[in-house]
Amino acid sequence: MNLLKLLDTMCPDTKTPEEKDTFFSRRDAFRQFGDLSKKMAMAAIPLGILSALPKVAKADTASLIGVLNYALTLEHLEYRYYQTGLESNVITAADRVIFQKIRDHELAHVKFLQEVIANVLGGTPVVEPGFDFTAGGNFNPFTDYPTFLALSQAFEDTGVRAYKGQAANVKESDVVLTAALSIHSVEARHASMVRRLRTIKGQDTVKGWITNGSIGSLPAATQSIYAGEENVSHGGVNVVSLTGIDAGAVSEAWDEPLTDQQVLGIASLFLA
Amino acid sequence: MKNELIKPTALVKSANRREFLKRGTLSVATAGLLLVGCNEDEDMMPPMMGGVSLGSGDIGILNYAYALEQLEAAFYAAVLGGGYFANANAEEKTIMGDLEKHERAHREFFKAALGNMAIADLEIDFSSIDFNSRTSVLNAAKTFEDLGVAAYNGAGQFLESSDFLLIAGKIVSVEARHAAAIRDLINPGSADFAGDDLIDANGLERTLNFTQVLTAASTYVKTPIDFSQLPS
Repeated sequence: MNLLKLLDTMCPDTKTPEEKDTFFSRRDAFRQFGDLSKKMAMAAIPLGILSALPKVAKADTASLIGVLNYALTLEHLEYRYYQTGLESNVITAADRVIFQKIRDHELAHVKFLQEVIANVLGGTPVVEPGFDFTAGGNFNPFTDYPTFLALSQAFEDTGVRAYKGQAANVKESDVVLTAALSIHSVEARHASMVRRLRTIKGQDTVKGWITNGSIGSLPAATQSIYAGEENVSHGGVNVVSLTGIDAGAVSEAWDEPLTDQQVLGIASLFLA
Repeated sequence: MKNELIKPTALVKSANRREFLKRGTLSVATAGLLLVGCNEDEDMMPPMMGGVSLGSGDIGILNYAYALEQLEAAFYAAVLGGGYFANANAEEKTIMGDLEKHERAHREFFKAALGNMAIADLEIDFSSIDFNSRTSVLNAAKTFEDLGVAAYNGAGQFLESSDFLLIAGKIVSVEARHAAAIRDLINPGSADFAGDDLIDANGLERTLNFTQVLTAASTYVKTPIDFSQLPS
């Protein structure tokens, strides 16, 4: 499948002033779905509610479906990676509990996104692509544990940046935005754990947070995953100048987004 | 979440508690504070002496974040001055040193970004934390980091500005990285870094609303915080 085709389903964000009212009424409609503690109830909302939404809302819904299918593609990749890793016995026995937990989360994300896309937004979830985690024979993650850990870190840090980059694109739906944020922080927890695990095992010197956009001892092919993480200016404020704190620590304190094009470029390395 | 005030125990004690109960305006009572409807208690509550109001709209949300970052920054500053840190191993010293810098950077960023709309410095009370005890420090750090993540995740939907939403997103994932590391220090090599106490069957991390977060924070914040104008 062509991942980039997903992007075609994402509507341009062109709202005329007169559409603002219907836009905000839709925003209210989504808010009525309630908070995340009611998300299973949300997933059971009849499709009729969505088909009754005004025209602009349908365009927004198509956009949401596009973003969530993009997220679903990444979750498919992560789930399949960990599932294959656990089946291959590459993982040290003591660490399996960590990767079983991560695998469980990725599978839950897959199922949750499928549910929202299909039964809340009335869309069609993307099918799982075929993956090649050797990236054309360059890596052997399922026979070499350090490589497994390295790619795990790369996928988790990519996932954090990918969700971050889509937050503004789903903000018209409070429910979808909050769900995306709630997945985003879980990916960040995974990333922190895997990064520290690699350092504890002597395979790298990275910390749980990303310093100056450094790839550490990861393969050079991962450079694009960390490009831009060295940023120390936010909202026009250079935090190094403001605080006198060293640039390394300031870069660690803010994670940076990636666009869908950048992420799909990374992911495409692992498509069969 | 409209029309609610967070007031530390000391302030509330001076109000007429029986009157609250009689009029049914007492909505929540916790060990640390009372939540009261502010419209109905103007006649009996003392003025917000030394209190802060977060304000409304995106400014209110940013002040909410600023309040939490003040709390976290103050905590790690105190950690670095305590007996636990002095005797900590190399990894834990690195982590605590990093977290102090990160949270101080967050705090100073929000202060600068808010300019003259920023709330005043909060009065912090860490008397319940033993900074000589590893267990006490790590458990408090876990509380603060997990709380920060849940607070940002819960507040994101109320931000109107995409720019602010992105900045909040840049910070919340770092708080989540912190939280996972602290949890792993407490229970190394376990699944606690992303534990079932926080992450549900859909793989979604918990969110907390303004009342829940400020209630939890009120154990450590003496300054009354008025969040009645925050969006809902």
